[in-house]
Amino acid sequence: MKKDIRICGFGGQGVILAGFIIGKAASVFENYNAVQSQSYGPEARGGAARSEVIISDEKIGYPRPVGVDCLVAMSQESFDTYRDDIRDDAVIILDPDLVKRHEIGRKLYKVNALKIAEELGNKIVTNIVMVGAFASIYGLLKPESVKESVIDSVPKRFTDLNVKAFERGFEAGKNALKKL
Amino acid sequence: MKYKRDPKRIREVLGKKVQFILGDIACVYGGLLAGVSFFGGYPITPASEVAEGMARRLPRVGGVYIQMEDEIGSIAAVIGAAWGGSKSMTATSGPGFSLMMENYGFAVMTETPCVIVNVQRTGPSTGQPTLGAQGDMMQVRWGTHGDLEALAFAPSTVQECMDFTIEAFNLSEKYRNPACVMTDGEVGHLRERIVIPDEKDLKLIDRTPATIDKKDFIPFTNSQTIKNCKVPDFPTFGTGYRTYVTGLTHNEKGFPATDKQPDHERLVKRITEKIMDDADKLVMVEEMNLDDADIAFVTYGATARPAESAMEMARKNGMKVGLLRLKLVWPFPDKLITKLAKDVDKIIVPEMNLGQIVHPVNEYACKHCEVVSAPKIGGEMHLPMELYKYLEGK
Repeated sequence: MKKDIRICGFGGQGVILAGFIIGKAASVFENYNAVQSQSYGPEARGGAARSEVIISDEKIGYPRPVGVDCLVAMSQESFDTYRDDIRDDAVIILDPDLVKRHEIGRKLYKVNALKIAEELGNKIVTNIVMVGAFASIYGLLKPESVKESVIDSVPKRFTDLNVKAFERGFEAGKNALKKL
Repeated sequence: MKYKRDPKRIREVLGKKVQFILGDIACVYGGLLAGVSFFGGYPITPASEVAEGMARRLPRVGGVYIQMEDEIGSIAAVIGAAWGGSKSMTATSGPGFSLMMENYGFAVMTETPCVIVNVQRTGPSTGQPTLGAQGDMMQVRWGTHGDLEALAFAPSTVQECMDFTIEAFNLSEKYRNPACVMTDGEVGHLRERIVIPDEKDLKLIDRTPATIDKKDFIPFTNSQTIKNCKVPDFPTFGTGYRTYVTGLTHNEKGFPATDKQPDHERLVKRITEKIMDDADKLVMVEEMNLDDADIAFVTYGATARPAESAMEMARKNGMKVGLLRLKLVWPFPDKLITKLAKDVDKIIVPEMNLGQIVHPVNEYACKHCEVVSAPKIGGEMHLPMELYKYLEGK
């Protein structure tokens, strides 16, 4: 088993942290091998950014994806830029408010991550809502491993907010699964 | 205040035994585990995280982090700290490494133990700051003027970034020579799982201090403590041993002796022989599927990863392909390459440059087999498929 996961958005949304949390969940809180790489523009905010995670039960040689099994998109520009190499059976998860032009004739899982984060009082956790949605929709990792990884990766004073974001995202993911 | 390595504090600062971290941060962990107590930093992409990680952690274990005015200053401070008794290090990338070349030679000539992490990026000059390359593999060997032996590691994984930084300190301390960890923007900015070794599994080497009666001490001669060892005992500044440190050719007492051929030959031959006498012991490689191989990749660092993937694709298709990965690139494992060249029909050398380590490979293959360079530049590592095509001879 080897899965290539890409999380993309604009710089400042925390796509790298999201990939980091997923990679850590796989390799520290479960027994997979994982590598996480990233690429981003020189901007501190804005621009298209992506974070990629490979999860495998074997040794990982080449550390970058050569195709994508799961794409999580959090901005229009990054969705337009980083979807050329997704596989035919790839799972696509996106926020329809952030990726308005998303009808590309494919099955999509829509999660209103930004809206949920705003309901929780801080849109900074949009990425964690998406991590929660990833955990329920993609199903590769145990939800508790991903949750542990979230807790282990965010500042302690924000644990509660992030755990709520994860749980709301997880529920939203479940609902998105039911809709399809 | 004298620094004393405190394993308990170091472990507190490092945190959990199993972590998912950046290659650059793994170099920080390696340094801290080895007992680094001084870091002279100057930030540069993609090595900045090493300086940042040290600035956050080193003071917490009782060490000193100084951000210098530039890379020339940072390596100079590192050399000074080493003479004050510290295990000291710095980290940089291509442009900074170029600036360090003069003092790198000074560290060789004055037999100063220190570690330089070079997270290589593309060049020449400023190049592509955020992207990886392996462009400095010859610079570390030949970039400073004069005769020297280099000690240069090339990690392929995040775990090795930590392990090789520890090993770099060990060799540097043992031979009193600078040692370099030649990682790159790919491995440096990759996150992977690392397992921090327990204290009982750590093998740390410290320089041999001068202990002989002070009036009998000779600073630049064979060890006066260990028999048949060409590495002089170390007279830490402030311990009362009289020493003069200069980059000029010096006699055994350390004083300039710049006009006589025998003085220079004796000094520089000892400086190189102290390492090369142990060259066979210093071979550090990983061999994969070489027993029956017709074609072998000889590779190192990040490039070993797509090469391994290409090898696996080829094996599945019935091709007899093996891989020799150089963990320590310098000193170069010359005898091993000659032996390999006799055993295979073809050696392919993938590198993220236009061909550097392919040259010593070609030299020591001694025409026993075909040697092919597989270069790639521009900040991307080879795709496994690109290397597979070399195996097919395309």
